[in-house]
Amino acid sequence: MPLVSTGAWIAVIAVVAALGFGLFRLFTDGRFRGTKELHVTQEVHAPEPHAWDAVTDALGETELGARATLVQFSSAFCAPCRATRRILGEVAEIVPGVVHLEVDAEHHLDLVRRLDILRTPTTLVIDGAGNEIARAAGAPRKEQVLSAIPALNLES
Amino acid sequence: MSETTSTTATQTGIDPRGPQFTAAVTVVVLILALLLPQPWALVVTVIQTVLFAIGAGLGVQRTPHAWLFKKFVRPRLGAPDELEDPAPPRFAQGVGLAFLLVALVGYLVSATLVAQIALGLALVAAVLNAVFRFCLGCEIYLLIRRFA
Repeated sequence: MPLVSTGAWIAVIAVVAALGFGLFRLFTDGRFRGTKELHVTQEVHAPEPHAWDAVTDALGETELGARATLVQFSSAFCAPCRATRRILGEVAEIVPGVVHLEVDAEHHLDLVRRLDILRTPTTLVIDGAGNEIARAAGAPRKEQVLSAIPALNLES
Repeated sequence: MSETTSTTATQTGIDPRGPQFTAAVTVVVLILALLLPQPWALVVTVIQTVLFAIGAGLGVQRTPHAWLFKKFVRPRLGAPDELEDPAPPRFAQGVGLAFLLVALVGYLVSATLVAQIALGLALVAAVLNAVFRFCLGCEIYLLIRRFA
């Protein structure tokens, strides 16, 4: 009989893999990454001009924040969505011109595919012109949201 | 101009440390199932399958883990920062059940490696839940819905 059984090896690999993945997630969750152009999943279609057009196509006309709209994708089986809802709601209350919009991902799967949403919660930051400027997967902290909101554009 | 539009319902929640405690117990049980020789590995696998079935079928507040948590762990902890929806951990118990059923069938047809890999995958999810409160099954849910 070998010194260490196959089962023991699998247990060790599973624990190490989970700890590694969990630490990676802890480090990357809630970080906003800039998105200059909307990532289009299907090349056959013309590129999406505005992320906001995709949102209004799916949800109908809703209010676009003058400064920023925080579009949060949530699902029923998502524990961190609750905390994200609270944080984004607070930011929308504090910062003038910022609107929080929560989208149920399960009921808008076309939009989820069109905007290439892989996880809930995912938060998109959409500027006053309707372009997606940043997105974060996982629950963000309040400071992370605040620093992802664009400065007021006084020229326009 | 500030408003919050919500499309998902808010419910009264459970202490998030309850499912975390359940996951920690699950980690120990799954490691035992991987380390013990037969027939104990099969016995432990059957027990964990039943536990997952209770969590998925009756809800996470009605498992033996939840009872232990309420009786012995919760009194030693302070009040939770915020309450959590019981639906995500319940769904995760269902995902665990699926893995354990694969393991059970694997053991029964003597496909030991298949059984152990299924236990290992369930162990990854349980460790993520116990250590990071991260629900792997919940994330897989959207991916399945997206590509299904």
